[in-house]
Amino acid sequence: MPESIEKPFGSTVLRLGGEYKDLVVLDADLQRATETQEFAETFPDRYFNVGVSEANMIGIAAGLALSGKTVFCGTFSCFITQRVYDQVAISVAYTQASVKLFGFEPALTSGHNGATHQSVMDLAIMRAMPGMTVYDPLDGNEFRALMEYQATHPEPAYVRAFRKTAPLLIDSGDNFEPGKVYTLKQGNDVSIITCGIMLPYCMEVSEELNNRGISVDLLATSSIKPLQAEQIIASVKRTHCLVSVENHSIIGGLGGAICEILSVNYPVPIIRIGIQDQFGEIGSRDWLFGKFQMDKKAIALATEKAMQLKDKFQESGNARL
Amino acid sequence: MENTINSPKGVSNLKENCIKVRQGILEQTYYGGSSHLGGSLSCVEILTALYFQLMKVDPQQTEWVSRDRFVMSKGHGASALYAVLAERGYFPKEELRTFMKDGTRLQKHLDMHKLPGIDVSSGSLGQGLSIAVGMALADRMDKRDRYVYCLIGDGESQEGQIWEAALAAAHYKVEKLIVFLDRNYLQVDDFISKIMTIEPVYEKWQSFGWHVQDIDGHDSNEIINAVDTAKQIPHQPHMIIARTVKGKGISFIENEPAWHSHGLSQEQFELAMLELGISSSKEVRQCLNR
Repeated sequence: MPESIEKPFGSTVLRLGGEYKDLVVLDADLQRATETQEFAETFPDRYFNVGVSEANMIGIAAGLALSGKTVFCGTFSCFITQRVYDQVAISVAYTQASVKLFGFEPALTSGHNGATHQSVMDLAIMRAMPGMTVYDPLDGNEFRALMEYQATHPEPAYVRAFRKTAPLLIDSGDNFEPGKVYTLKQGNDVSIITCGIMLPYCMEVSEELNNRGISVDLLATSSIKPLQAEQIIASVKRTHCLVSVENHSIIGGLGGAICEILSVNYPVPIIRIGIQDQFGEIGSRDWLFGKFQMDKKAIALATEKAMQLKDKFQESGNARL
Repeated sequence: MENTINSPKGVSNLKENCIKVRQGILEQTYYGGSSHLGGSLSCVEILTALYFQLMKVDPQQTEWVSRDRFVMSKGHGASALYAVLAERGYFPKEELRTFMKDGTRLQKHLDMHKLPGIDVSSGSLGQGLSIAVGMALADRMDKRDRYVYCLIGDGESQEGQIWEAALAAAHYKVEKLIVFLDRNYLQVDDFISKIMTIEPVYEKWQSFGWHVQDIDGHDSNEIINAVDTAKQIPHQPHMIIARTVKGKGISFIENEPAWHSHGLSQEQFELAMLELGISSSKEVRQCLNR
């Protein structure tokens, strides 16, 4: 089995274009990032590069979709969310047009372009939009299956997309299930939940913690909204504390969604790993993860802190008794 | 639909319908407590010509796939479209009195999921023209023989997205897209020339690669002829600049910025109805009691 897939969006959309005749692809002068050249050459009648006009791309996509097409639009994640937020809200979500927004180089993965190109808030703002679904796929398998799901289901969606290569990490099968949470490892001391590109880091941290005698319950999901609660609740019933890890602001993304679920179902201490309410900056991925305290060391420290909080909560709970 | 374009009766019917549509707008405003009165009254002749004469539509089959589409990009003119649709038989005219009321299908701006006959939701300005371009592209892809009509405002033309869409429509040569500009010269705060001029409008659209016509937007004949002309011109999208009067038909509302969005007192309502040719206060009261 290969370890990664090349041109994950471009190669998948090319295959889907052959299968689904109503699939239309739109670019906004970033074909080099979306890697749709082959789709454009194979299906010239179903491909439009609208130039540097993202707002117009969203509107054209909505018009095509309201006339029966399923439209995949791609550009950098910041430009397909925060830049065109009202267009997406009104022309796509409010009308429930079958428009699928693919955001490339989300947050710190756009390290070489710096703060203007780093969408630190995309998951939060898209999650808050009524009628919108939000995904941050874990690996190439999930991404391909999710794309096929989007080609065959009408609801509006925002999907963080892989560029150049996508690692193959989990064997999730061909059918994508929205909201699904994978339990990759069962443990009793602390839960870690992650999404998107942070999975490999969390897998390594879990392994290291296990070697130190800390038993980690490792959860992972490609879905931010919808998000199934059962596995998450079951996990914290085992561990009584949780660390969320995401390539995004700690406000309103995966960590925020987890807090919303657990606050009414099974409240436990939660530490959120992510960008601390600030804009990014230029840098290599490893350097940025270190600077923003999202690296393996920071994740491991967070698990310790979560377990300390759990003990403190349990002590004060016992004291009250 | 039967083409009554060249018969005198056709145009006189349009004139009668325009009066009824204006009455419908006034009723909504009076009962709803407010509406975008000025910008609704300015586009009455355009919408009436579209729905009573020009567009291939069927009020009994609002989801008919081959129907022409209408994108009301200036969603603020909703009460004009509601009055036209009610008059055309899409829903009972009595429902106009629910405008803006709790639980109504007649939102102040258009909601396609609440009311059958609305092709696209709108209200956030500048977005509808892009949607219309997308619809026209889908029609070309599917070789569907239909037209997409769109109405934009002149205040709305200050939105940058309008000009992004203008570029795209010309680039893709969407010839089955016919756009009206409701050129009523006012926006919310004041006259457009005082706030942010959009002149020269004709030359702007022409330089963007559109086929442009300039007409009296309150003359039904000119509207119909302009659409006929547009249909003869290939390889270009069509802009019909319809010179109108904001608040048209009611003397105390015309060209008054304050009437952009406003309610009507009973006295103002009666006065306005009298101006539309309803001959006596008694008739207005009958209308009120209906």
